[in-house]
Amino acid sequence: MSLIATLARLEAVSTGRAQPTATVRHRHLSGHPLVLVPLTTAGEAGAPLGALVGTDRDAPRLLVVPQPRDRDLRFAFLADLADVVLPYLDSCAQAVEAAERTETDPETGKRVKVEVELCADAPQLIVPSRAGLDYLRLLGRSMRFRRTAEQDPETPHPAPPRIPLLGRWLTHYGERARVPGSSLLLALTEVLSRHWATGQSSLEDQHLGALLAWIDPPGDDTGAEAARRAELARDADGQLLCPPAGPATDPAFDNKLLAPAIERYDRARTALAAAEDALEADDRLAALTAAEREIRDLVESRTRPTWDAVWRGLDLLRALPEGARVEERWTRDRWSFTGHRDRVLAGEPPQPRRDDAVTAANKLATREREQARLEAQEALDDPLVMAGRRLAGEAFAGEVTDVVMAYSEGKRPSPRPLVTVRTDDRPHLAERAKVYRSLDGKPQAAEFAGYEGSPDEGEGFLVVLRIVDKMGRGKEPEPGSVPEKGDAVCFTLFEHEQRGGAKLPDPEETPWTHGGPPGEAVGEAPDTLTEEDVL
Amino acid sequence: MTTVDFDPGAAAARATDAILDDTLHSTARGVVVDSPPGAGKSTLVVRAALELADAGRPLMVVAQTNAQVDDLVLRLAEKNPELPVGRLHSSDTDPYDKALDGLANVRPSAKAADLKGLPVVLSTAAKWAHVKVDEPWRHAIVDEAYQMRSDSLLAVAGLFERALFVGDPGQLDPFAIVGSEQWAGLSYDPSASAVTTLLAHNPELPQHRLPVSWRLPASAAPLVSDAFYPYTPFRSGTGHGVRRLSFAVPSDGSGPDRVIDEAAQSGWGLLELPARHTPRTDPEAVRAVTAVVRRLLDRGGAAVSERSPEPAPVTAGRIAVGTAHRDQAAAVRSALAELGVADVTVDTANRLQGREYDVTVVLHPLSGRPDATAFHLETGRLCVLASRHRHACIVVCRAGVGDLLDDYPSTEPVQLGTLVKFPDGWEANHAVLAHLAEHRVPWRP
Repeated sequence: MSLIATLARLEAVSTGRAQPTATVRHRHLSGHPLVLVPLTTAGEAGAPLGALVGTDRDAPRLLVVPQPRDRDLRFAFLADLADVVLPYLDSCAQAVEAAERTETDPETGKRVKVEVELCADAPQLIVPSRAGLDYLRLLGRSMRFRRTAEQDPETPHPAPPRIPLLGRWLTHYGERARVPGSSLLLALTEVLSRHWATGQSSLEDQHLGALLAWIDPPGDDTGAEAARRAELARDADGQLLCPPAGPATDPAFDNKLLAPAIERYDRARTALAAAEDALEADDRLAALTAAEREIRDLVESRTRPTWDAVWRGLDLLRALPEGARVEERWTRDRWSFTGHRDRVLAGEPPQPRRDDAVTAANKLATREREQARLEAQEALDDPLVMAGRRLAGEAFAGEVTDVVMAYSEGKRPSPRPLVTVRTDDRPHLAERAKVYRSLDGKPQAAEFAGYEGSPDEGEGFLVVLRIVDKMGRGKEPEPGSVPEKGDAVCFTLFEHEQRGGAKLPDPEETPWTHGGPPGEAVGEAPDTLTEEDVL
Repeated sequence: MTTVDFDPGAAAARATDAILDDTLHSTARGVVVDSPPGAGKSTLVVRAALELADAGRPLMVVAQTNAQVDDLVLRLAEKNPELPVGRLHSSDTDPYDKALDGLANVRPSAKAADLKGLPVVLSTAAKWAHVKVDEPWRHAIVDEAYQMRSDSLLAVAGLFERALFVGDPGQLDPFAIVGSEQWAGLSYDPSASAVTTLLAHNPELPQHRLPVSWRLPASAAPLVSDAFYPYTPFRSGTGHGVRRLSFAVPSDGSGPDRVIDEAAQSGWGLLELPARHTPRTDPEAVRAVTAVVRRLLDRGGAAVSERSPEPAPVTAGRIAVGTAHRDQAAAVRSALAELGVADVTVDTANRLQGREYDVTVVLHPLSGRPDATAFHLETGRLCVLASRHRHACIVVCRAGVGDLLDDYPSTEPVQLGTLVKFPDGWEANHAVLAHLAEHRVPWRP
């Protein structure tokens, strides 16, 4: 944790309210996001219990699996989920704008510009917490290799046709969510804790109710009191007033309410199956419907508070203006969405179970680049984030006290003006360190030339910098390209833009050190039927 | 192996001969050499390079940093000034050490095509990754291979047919700035070390080990070997009493002076400050580090060793300060500047890898911390800090690290399919701490 984050947390403890750690919003928020609050069944991996899902905060769609261990009901749930999510994803797939992309021409091997489509907007999924995000990943993994009737008409228990497609999309969103700064799929607790520091640990911040209690405590309560209530307060029946944001449910709920309700449902179902005439069946069907209704009400009662909390969190985030470079990062998300849309349209197989060596290395390189980009962009977008970097000695701000014109040596002398900056910050400047400032959105580099006078006079440091670029081609620097005396400037020790990494070999050319080429690509077979499938 | 008839020179020579024999004549595509700290890894790389060049095999050398590449170029030129050597460098300003410009047979260039046909071409892994060739090099030497990431090897492995991989498994593992648990357990996990991936796919490759540390004194080799290389022990090249440290000015009885004397006597010293939770740049600990350095210089240290039987002065250039974090290094640097000390190297463990000094002063990674994270417990970090010295190592630390370790046992999740590294940082920290406790000088500044 950075020093400024620690200080913000201490301040949150002493004031009883979360402290802002950002002055702008560093993630894109769609005007029309799809919120998904999933619940899972205790003790059964990947068995959904239900979900609230939708784009309208007043009219979420409730999906429930009354008997989570019943595979048919689970498929019905997933098919319903696909019916909500896929049309939402499709709604952005049609509107496109023309864009250019550099590609390698397969014939000449040259890099050429090609006209491609870029979706004008991308669908955004929001889940309450990181655990919810992991759960979507798990659902994606469990669905994308499902066998449909089309693939194998003979075997019983095929999955509904749209399930593998939903699995591929959830997998794509889950992978994209691992890219720092991406906003296709957001866990609300993570976005909120990026923008506010609470007086509790970051582990406790993963409780959406407690986190919101710190950021926006009800009434005159302090954040600590409100958070404690959110975590612990129970009603007369021993149920949590603020149910966990899921997907895991509270054991007290499971034991006292859910398990008996599911048992009643099972009994009603057995009874219906054993009905001997139509009249009896009618009665028993009514009992079954009532039992199902009861479970639906229970699931809604546990998801609805989280659903409302998610939208309240989104309101809090929307109150912040969007950072200047957020749009640029969202464009990358749109590229990501468009790319996967094209792969699906082209009939490519689902994402493999495991990445090959080259794909894994490429993904890691992309994520590291995006992480560095995100850190730089957040600091440039937000003076409060920059203050944290300044406190850490990674940037400094101050006033220009002197500018002396100088020139490089050589046949064609170029301007290398020496700029003296008075700063109260204490940057960790090594000899000849490169520093950067933002000049009309582009980074201008300078070289640390030394301190003027003794560094410790109580008057701040006098840092002498030699500006080395972005001054035009002429002998005299272009107007405005060199800071002037009295200007307020901010230089960073980190680079503003990231260089692209080296191109890795194609997967077919994987070298011997990494196991050689993966061999002929075999489309992964759909999951086979196992005995557990028809328990 | 018994202590009586162990001849370090002969043992090291046997190992080197076997390595060179495999490198030049083995049919295997790769040879892996594990080298403990200061075991003559660079010397081996230079010798192998010269022999491969002599055998007429075009050679590329991959190192991890520009400083390492420049160092190898200088060593090559020193051994064989006639050998034409290519230094492939980036197109940044000042991409390589200016000392290379003075060497007639070294050709620096930013383009690989300019260096075509030279017997040896050296560069960093990052630069090699951008090189495209029609015909791969017959041979490569990959230096510091344990510090190279698997994905970085993936980018350059297409450039050579066979290779000698040299490195120190006990030093810091490579790291990624984003999570990579997703690939944990895969043989080609891109965030693992290059050697891990290489051996996972090619387990039959010959593996060698250099058995003697020429850098570490007899007082340090057993501790470093036991704590960090329990299954691959090594010895010091010199015996007890060969290396001696003495001071012209006698001790004034202060904590720093007493710890200096203790370290001069035994090779180790622990200056223990009162227990306290502090920020990373603990001002008292920083002052204690700088006081020790200042006194080391003021007392006119002189070192006797197998290299110089006459006492050689321990100058600022022969002293280093090691820290865990960059802000700690920066704090020590500015505190030293205030005391008027210049030319003492102050750096983090990452940057001290591969370097050697007479005396090192280490700010213990866990000093003053309320918790022990995986970063601070990493075996390699402590190993680097505790194995840079030829004579003595002085550790500055707050009391209570032992209790801290007991409060924070390693709880890293176990990933299926990954190689569990032994010893873990927790155990290594305890081993080092137990040894340092015998050389403890409590001090309240």
